[in-house]
Amino acid sequence: MIRVVLPAHLRTLAHVGFEVKLEIEGPVTQRSLLNTLEAKYPMLQGTIRDHTTLERRPFLRFFACEQDLSHESPDAPLPEDVASGKEPFLVIGAIAGG
Amino acid sequence: MSKVRVLVGTHKGAFILTADGKRDKWDVSGPHFAGWEIYHMKGSPADPNRIYASQTSGWFGQIIQRSDDGGKTWQQPGTPPGEPAATASDMPKPASNKFVYDTAAKPLTTHQWYDGTQHPWEFKRVWHLEPSLEDPETVYAGIEDAAMFRTTDGGENWHELPGLRGHGTGPKWQPGAGGMCLHTIILDPKDPGRIYIAISAAGAFRTDDGGKTWKPINRGLHSQYIPDPNAEVGHCVHHIAMHPSRPGVLFMQKHWDVMRSDDAGDSWKEVSGNLPTDFGFVIDVHAHEPETIYVVPIKSDGEHFPPEGKLRVYRSRTGGNEWVPLTKGLPQSNCFVNVLRDSMAVDSLDKCGIYFGTTGGQVYASSDAGDSWNPIVRDLPAVLSVEVQTLT
Repeated sequence: MIRVVLPAHLRTLAHVGFEVKLEIEGPVTQRSLLNTLEAKYPMLQGTIRDHTTLERRPFLRFFACEQDLSHESPDAPLPEDVASGKEPFLVIGAIAGG
Repeated sequence: MSKVRVLVGTHKGAFILTADGKRDKWDVSGPHFAGWEIYHMKGSPADPNRIYASQTSGWFGQIIQRSDDGGKTWQQPGTPPGEPAATASDMPKPASNKFVYDTAAKPLTTHQWYDGTQHPWEFKRVWHLEPSLEDPETVYAGIEDAAMFRTTDGGENWHELPGLRGHGTGPKWQPGAGGMCLHTIILDPKDPGRIYIAISAAGAFRTDDGGKTWKPINRGLHSQYIPDPNAEVGHCVHHIAMHPSRPGVLFMQKHWDVMRSDDAGDSWKEVSGNLPTDFGFVIDVHAHEPETIYVVPIKSDGEHFPPEGKLRVYRSRTGGNEWVPLTKGLPQSNCFVNVLRDSMAVDSLDKCGIYFGTTGGQVYASSDAGDSWNPIVRDLPAVLSVEVQTLT
């Protein structure tokens, strides 16, 4: 079970609480995690990644296990603690403006 | 009995104000989509309970929302509300927020940047949603960077009308201070093929074939910052208004200058007349008097607030040139708000109601065609847009 923490505005959009739980078959990567997240919560499509390029939106960052994973390859394996559900994968809005 | 519904988009959410035909007691609903910028909301003339909203964020991008019950509940078109039950790969693939420029019909990849160099077209947000006059499923969207999109399935899918960007002058378009936005869309009620649009800073354009081909309609506009006094495009048009009974007569608030066209935009003449300043953003037309028009003068392009700190709507009953300030009920000292381009609208009751919202969060209404005003709500976030529905 993968745990994902979304920014407040995306929680509202997806009608979910603080943490989302996902089941992912196969390798746990940014790509497989976001694919599964968007499949389960289709209203999030285009809000974390660009619809067409699937690149991370510029004002969002990805963190887990006290590491900044924003610039890692989307196909790189996520930390084992994320894959095991021990630690959540955090989608964070950059602090800019208000 | 008649009812009025005012749709207010703000910097931090949407608000819906309703009143009966007397327009003296207002119910305020909201914020809807709290914390998001709501650039525009507009109801379908064919089905007033169908309302579309442009919800946008610098962080999370564009969202399109739709209500089928007059704004009580909302959904993203094509997206099931609530948490889906499964993770199956056959879940919906919503595209209601997918605005992808057409690259097939007539590719056009760059426009002019602030420094005069060419810059690629980049989607940023939807500024304006204009539902079809006949079909609740069809809506036109004006976007930044400037282009025109259309949905024919209630907002589930959007496709560009590429003839606008592709007609030839695109590389000369440039962003205004607010971005290169297509902010005004006017559908001709007597000719379904005719649509007017306006872009900052490119100018006004018209199609006579439903959006396939377009032409600039800026003859007579003069802008100090353009070296060529007869430039075909590059003009910072702030807003255009039309009375539905006379679709060939247009009124324009340009960056500077209030303008009028009597030939569907083929030529324009200035009607600023005795205005204290002819800079401004909004312009609108009385619902029953096609020669009665309203503007809110703003001091200058560098000082976006009313001259002398006095918030004044100016009304002309002669289609321009002769203007009278309307001040009763409006602050006449220390008022330094702005009124943005899509933030004025009228109802069609008798007497005509006029509404406008400010960057200070007030929405002022007049139920006597502008003679007197009241704030029907006064402490909202900065108002980005105001639309009015007259319900019977």
